[in-house]
Amino acid sequence: MTTTVRQYSIVAMLLVSSYMLVDGLYKMFHFADEVSQGVIYRIMFFHIPAAISSMMGFYVGAGLAVMYLWKRDLKYDAISAVVNEVCLAFALITLFTGMIWARIAWGVWWAVGDPRLTSYLICILIYAGYLMLRRSVQDPQQRASISAVLAIFAALDIFIVWKSIEWWRGNHPGPVLSVRTGSDNLMPKEWSSVVYWNVLAIGLLIVSFILIRLWQEKMQSEIDSLRRFAHEQ
Amino acid sequence: MKTLQQALVITRKDLRAEMRTKETLNAAVSFSISVLLLFSFALDPTPEQTAEIGGGILWMIFLFAGTLVFNRSFARELPNDCLDALISSPASSAAIFLGKCFAGFLLMLIVEILSIPVFTLFFGGKIFDQLPPLAVTLITATWAVTIMGTTFSALTVNLRLRELMLPVLVYPMLLPAMLGAFKILTALVAGQPFEEDAQWLRVLIGFDVIFTSLALALADSILVN
Repeated sequence: MTTTVRQYSIVAMLLVSSYMLVDGLYKMFHFADEVSQGVIYRIMFFHIPAAISSMMGFYVGAGLAVMYLWKRDLKYDAISAVVNEVCLAFALITLFTGMIWARIAWGVWWAVGDPRLTSYLICILIYAGYLMLRRSVQDPQQRASISAVLAIFAALDIFIVWKSIEWWRGNHPGPVLSVRTGSDNLMPKEWSSVVYWNVLAIGLLIVSFILIRLWQEKMQSEIDSLRRFAHEQ
Repeated sequence: MKTLQQALVITRKDLRAEMRTKETLNAAVSFSISVLLLFSFALDPTPEQTAEIGGGILWMIFLFAGTLVFNRSFARELPNDCLDALISSPASSAAIFLGKCFAGFLLMLIVEILSIPVFTLFFGGKIFDQLPPLAVTLITATWAVTIMGTTFSALTVNLRLRELMLPVLVYPMLLPAMLGAFKILTALVAGQPFEEDAQWLRVLIGFDVIFTSLALALADSILVN
């Protein structure tokens, strides 16, 4: 893909996703308030999609890490790192929107020992460690294999964290979408359609951020090699 | 079988080196005893409070002491390029990794076995009333710490910031295992029947099995990075 085509497609994706987000916002404010939670339930329309897409992103990152260990191609490492980095940002959004909701709905910012809260915090801590680790390794091959191992460990660990804390019976609301409950949605059809709509919008946003970051990384490596070249002259 | 034999050779080598200098063991044991002493002054708990917080305190101390042990696990091989020699030896990566794990595991168990009586001395508690569950919990949870500690010790051995990176990476990863360890040890300190929390043993064993197999499968990437 040439640079201009890539730039145009990134801009197009950003435009489409912002249109979708604004549209979701517009629809959301036309819904009636939820009976028990009032106005604040609307945060769910961003909280759930950010959670779904960031969690899926971390598993994509782990898949790319497996690909790196298999093929030993630095391309997979670069994409995996960028995917994890962008998803970390969206995991933070999930955490903060969740905390705002909890302040209103439960009266506390943080519920100690709740499965999803804790697993998200752990997720954020692990991937923050991942980024710190990447920064402290100079050699590209070494950095790639260390981060690949860490990403695979992290993906498995998050799954176990989730399952194990679920045994502590948290007070986070249970699954509401039909894909998780296995039967009907526990919320009106219009609501769930906005949730899915925002999953698409935020997914698109994540993909465009990933492309922008990859492009930046490519520029960075070009600058680095130019700098090396200049030093040698 | 051959892998296991090679692993045991590595373990014996590590333990022999440790027993000659005792540098890790001395540091870890005196660290845990001084932290226990500090906690006993800081909290000065009644027997009821000990029953509530004892398991947590013990595992926090074991975790910190474990970091001391595992920071040295691979760093010990750095002088004179011993790590390169180890990797180029006929032993497979999995054998080297497993050998390092066994050595770290035994050192951590020694620290634990020495700290628990000191804990009882300072805090009281009924931890010795149910010995078999105590042994099983210590072994499974310590193996969980070992497998994570050794993996990340090997990954970070060549880094400038290795002493700083190890706890940052290992502690969040260990959360599921530690939840189980906290629960069971707290019940044991309180002298409550252990059966209620026995399901957490399944978490611990599952954690051990999953991450041991993952680490052995990735041993080549973990060691030769």
